[in-house]
Amino acid sequence: MPDGWTISLAGGVLIGLASGGLYFLAGEIAGITGILRRAVGGPARGWRIAFIGGMALAALVWLLTGNVAQAIEGLNDIPVWTLVGAGLLVGIGTDLGNGCTSGHGVCGLSRFSLRSLVSVLIFMAVAMLTVWIIRHGGLA
Amino acid sequence: MRTLVAFIAGLAFGFGLLVSGMSSPAKVLAFLDLAGTWNPSLAFVMGGAVITATPLFWLANRRQRPLVGEAYDKPDRQMLDRRLIGGAVLFGVGWGLAGICPGPALVDLVLAPAATAPFMAAMIAGIMLSARMRRAPQRPDAPEPGQP
Repeated sequence: MPDGWTISLAGGVLIGLASGGLYFLAGEIAGITGILRRAVGGPARGWRIAFIGGMALAALVWLLTGNVAQAIEGLNDIPVWTLVGAGLLVGIGTDLGNGCTSGHGVCGLSRFSLRSLVSVLIFMAVAMLTVWIIRHGGLA
Repeated sequence: MRTLVAFIAGLAFGFGLLVSGMSSPAKVLAFLDLAGTWNPSLAFVMGGAVITATPLFWLANRRQRPLVGEAYDKPDRQMLDRRLIGGAVLFGVGWGLAGICPGPALVDLVLAPAATAPFMAAMIAGIMLSARMRRAPQRPDAPEPGQP
């Protein structure tokens, strides 16, 4: 088993409980793309603002009691223009494709959506190819 | 009650990202780096999440309406269109460049505001840009993009 698989699994179960629980109890899809899209289009209301508030509180608790350096490992090594280019592509891509790792990856796969399965396979493969080109394709 | 459910779900979701390592670009890029120091542990994040959420979605599909809500949000589009595929390609390139996707970006913004701000600002600009393109008048023969 790979290093750190138990905490990854524990975190995944938490994410699954959050996504499945929100859907079962409230009927809503916990997709960050959808939440952000509505927040950008106008003031976020109702359950979406509460969900973001919960995420922010989790991060705040971690900031005060957790290992911040480990949680954001690698963030400070990314050149600012890479951050800007990546952010732009992630914003356009998730909006066009109606979802990201949470909406398609967790909720979509859990409800056996063909569109989500296709989306996940494509963005995973393209992300792996991108890393391969940057790290092993002579552009490093 | 709906607000409380969403708040607790957001709390668990946020801790899930932090505990699992999804908030760390280094870990995400190590997972994506098949040809290098590949660390497959993050596969257990999506695996664990899907295995946990699947029975809850299944149970929800056997109910008429949610306990705290009007109706279940059922994205019912089945068509695989260029928008879905093109969006996934662009998202994949962006995710591979920095190792950050939207959920972790929100969490990282609280942990390291200055370092995360350029990504967050660009991501919001990207969403606005895309929304403007989506709202642009379509050619009469172009199919309506529709909703998720």
